[in-house]
Amino acid sequence: MREHELTLAQLQDSFTETYPRYTPNEATVEANRCLYCFDAPCIQACPTGIDVPTFIRQIANGNLLGAATTILESNLIGHSCGRVCPVDELCVGACVLGAEHRPIAIGRLQRYATDHVFETGARVFEPAPDSGKRVAIVGAGPAGLSAAGELAKRGVRATVFERQELPGGLSTYGIVVMREPTRVALEEVEFIQSLGVEVVTGVEVGVDVSPQELIEGYDAVLLAAGTGPVPRLNVPGEELEGVIDALPFIAATKLADKDGVERLREIPVGDEVIVVGAGNTAVDAATVAKRLGAERVTMLYRRSRAEMTAYDFEVAFVRNEGVDIRLLTQPVEILGDEHGRVTGVRCVRMRLGEPDASGRRRPEPVPGSELVLPADQVIKAIGQEKLTALFAAFGIESIGGYVKVDEELRTSHPKVFAAGDCVRLTGHALTVTAAEDGKIAARAIARQLGVEELRRDPSATRGRYMHGTTNDFRSVHG
Amino acid sequence: MADLTTNFAGVRSPNPFWLASAPPTNSAYQINKAFEYGWGGAVWKTIGDPVLNVCNRYGAFEYGGKRLVAINNVELISDRPIEVNLKEIREVKRLWPDRAVIVSAMVSSNEQAWKTVVQQIEDTGADAIELNYGCPHGMSERGMGAAVGQVPEYCEMITGWVTSAASIPVIVKLTPNVTNIIPPAHAALNAGADGISLINTINSIAGVDLDSFEIRPNVGGKGSHGGYAGPAVRPIALHLLSQITSDPTYQARPVPISGMGGVETWRDAAEFMLLGATSIQVCTAVMHYGFRIVHELTTGLSNWLDEKGARQAEEVVGASVERISVFGDFDLSFRTVATIDESKCIQCNLCYVACDEGAHQCIDLTADGLRIDPDTYEGGTTLQPVVREDDCVGCDLCSLVCPVDGCITMVERPPKIPPVTWNELVRTRPEVTTDWDAMVAYREEVGIEIH
Repeated sequence: MREHELTLAQLQDSFTETYPRYTPNEATVEANRCLYCFDAPCIQACPTGIDVPTFIRQIANGNLLGAATTILESNLIGHSCGRVCPVDELCVGACVLGAEHRPIAIGRLQRYATDHVFETGARVFEPAPDSGKRVAIVGAGPAGLSAAGELAKRGVRATVFERQELPGGLSTYGIVVMREPTRVALEEVEFIQSLGVEVVTGVEVGVDVSPQELIEGYDAVLLAAGTGPVPRLNVPGEELEGVIDALPFIAATKLADKDGVERLREIPVGDEVIVVGAGNTAVDAATVAKRLGAERVTMLYRRSRAEMTAYDFEVAFVRNEGVDIRLLTQPVEILGDEHGRVTGVRCVRMRLGEPDASGRRRPEPVPGSELVLPADQVIKAIGQEKLTALFAAFGIESIGGYVKVDEELRTSHPKVFAAGDCVRLTGHALTVTAAEDGKIAARAIARQLGVEELRRDPSATRGRYMHGTTNDFRSVHG
Repeated sequence: MADLTTNFAGVRSPNPFWLASAPPTNSAYQINKAFEYGWGGAVWKTIGDPVLNVCNRYGAFEYGGKRLVAINNVELISDRPIEVNLKEIREVKRLWPDRAVIVSAMVSSNEQAWKTVVQQIEDTGADAIELNYGCPHGMSERGMGAAVGQVPEYCEMITGWVTSAASIPVIVKLTPNVTNIIPPAHAALNAGADGISLINTINSIAGVDLDSFEIRPNVGGKGSHGGYAGPAVRPIALHLLSQITSDPTYQARPVPISGMGGVETWRDAAEFMLLGATSIQVCTAVMHYGFRIVHELTTGLSNWLDEKGARQAEEVVGASVERISVFGDFDLSFRTVATIDESKCIQCNLCYVACDEGAHQCIDLTADGLRIDPDTYEGGTTLQPVVREDDCVGCDLCSLVCPVDGCITMVERPPKIPPVTWNELVRTRPEVTTDWDAMVAYREEVGIEIH
């Protein structure tokens, strides 16, 4: 492992949000560019149905509290989503001004509004009277927190069990600091707690608390446990020193963001780093390695660019960081020295054959194409294990490693619901889809428990809510 | 959340936002929809004598890529038969008992015609009548609208006919197309008006087409003045509103005022309320964006009231009126100077050119702390503007042109002379106000330097 040469100032600069917060003037100018479309496509492109033109108009009018309320009443995880959403694929991609090549920067405006209320501590929602109903939620990530907050808005008290020391799930541990500082994730948790949600950390369901206790002790249970650790590569040499998982590697930088930038220096990083995988986590791990001071970072992927799940903007970003992406290359062995330390990765070139069960063309080794890439650190980022043991302990059915749910996120057990990445059988596992899951599940749970549905402003029976989303309406400020 | 309910001369609405008498209030379809969105009230598009409309009816004033900074129209009052309007008004009021339904009217200037229309309106169950004395085009040529509003005697006579016949509140809508708004306002008050609304649209021509030479709006090659409305007219409306609310006669027996003229956001509405408007009417912004804007009008106003510690909207109505003064009573010793925060300055130097060529030459351009003549400077670095504070007259132009938030601020400085107003000088030192030699001597005496 190398001696770090980066100064604290350099590290601080590298582990700061990529985009600075708008100045008031920037926000006003950008907000005033919004056409305030009727029946706007950005609303429909948002998985949580945020009324984007209204919140942007509220920013333009200096009503930042109203803007944040508009965002949060559709998406309690909006503070994170403004930063981590792949907006080019969602709202910004749908913006009609894209036709003139300069769509509205919706994510940055959203962040401008939520930053304002989280800084001022303004109260956005009124506490609802206690319905007496209690729900246990497994996992304090975006899906669990969204559901807990939505239940709180209906007077249903949720207790969220989190196995990690800190709540927030991937927002706290998994999204790189450059996109979401740890502080933001923890502020969001505090906001959910302020609605009357109890969050218990360091308690693993299935270990410290049994599923049966939850099912019997609560009126309903929501499983929002996400996914498990990175699976094994199953190649020789995987036990060598210097072979690590991407998730704890990224998590260490998130904790350093909370505990002090000097803690970044305690994170081991190599000079020649190989990242195995090409999804969002692999991109993040490669970026982090580069910014921690790695000389050369290479991502290996056994298929071609077309099959990569990372978004175009992520690939462009990581390439801009100076990371190489070697496509159609599969590691077959990790090589080490006499001290048991990684020295390289033996790879084989691949080519694409016939489509496999996933519909993607199956990669096949090219005979005689083996090569050795030097490496002193190998980071594994080939997906995440499924929590099938936990599902079995709850006695619920699963498909392909994901919980089997209906449209309202009911599992095969009448008291158990599931949301978030643990049900994300298809499509991208996004923070914003987890947030929407939380809303859907909370609404279904509330209905099952016979809790009264939220009502809208009595003087307005029309408007803002024409898109059939699951938005609920009981805000103080509008 | 602040209470927005409004009581305007006994007419109640859940919030102060009413649709102005205009195209958005042309039909029951529109007003029902508006009420579904949460509008507090609506003033029905003016009913009255038969009319025929033209194409094109609108022309826009655009500025810097912003559409509809103002709109000019030559549309007339309702072109639907009066019986259709009356029937729909009745239906709407029955459906929406908690909203303010007000009917704007304009008929020929004879007493019987007015008494008839008053009776017709009252029969619908409407909450109030608004007298349209403002329409500046088409109707005024027929002796109605602005033709009434511009002649205080007519205004008083017709208002008197209406108030003597009506049992529901009568609101007089004033035209801005006068040199002084006070006489028509007094006329309305003398005739017993229960409320005043203002402003109606301002005479204007939206523009001229540089290719065809046609006037906008273009009606078959011809153009005429139309009524100007939208955000650009707001400062004029605020002034006319303030003239009435600061008028001693009005203050002696005030009636509620419905303010309008370019209201698009809650901020605009709040300004009208601070200057004394109880309810707010909106048209152009709805023509541009639709009824949905009422959500942000109400929530933005409510959040602002909360911030100001006001429980009810009516607490802020007129809160700035006591500040309306006249030049002669301004304190001549009050002193501000411009300060530039160099850490924020981006060296666009718009302040320099504005001050040097458009004001009083008190900003220098500097390099390394030395004053530079920009016409001969060849140093290559970007120059830093610096205010010569002793010379700054405190005009505020530089901070108004500065594109950076909080970079140039006007800072209050201790007065250099004892407090005095122009009116006091007129009283105590009249020669100073009429003779330049005396003025120069006075300046030397008290220490006023003008460079």
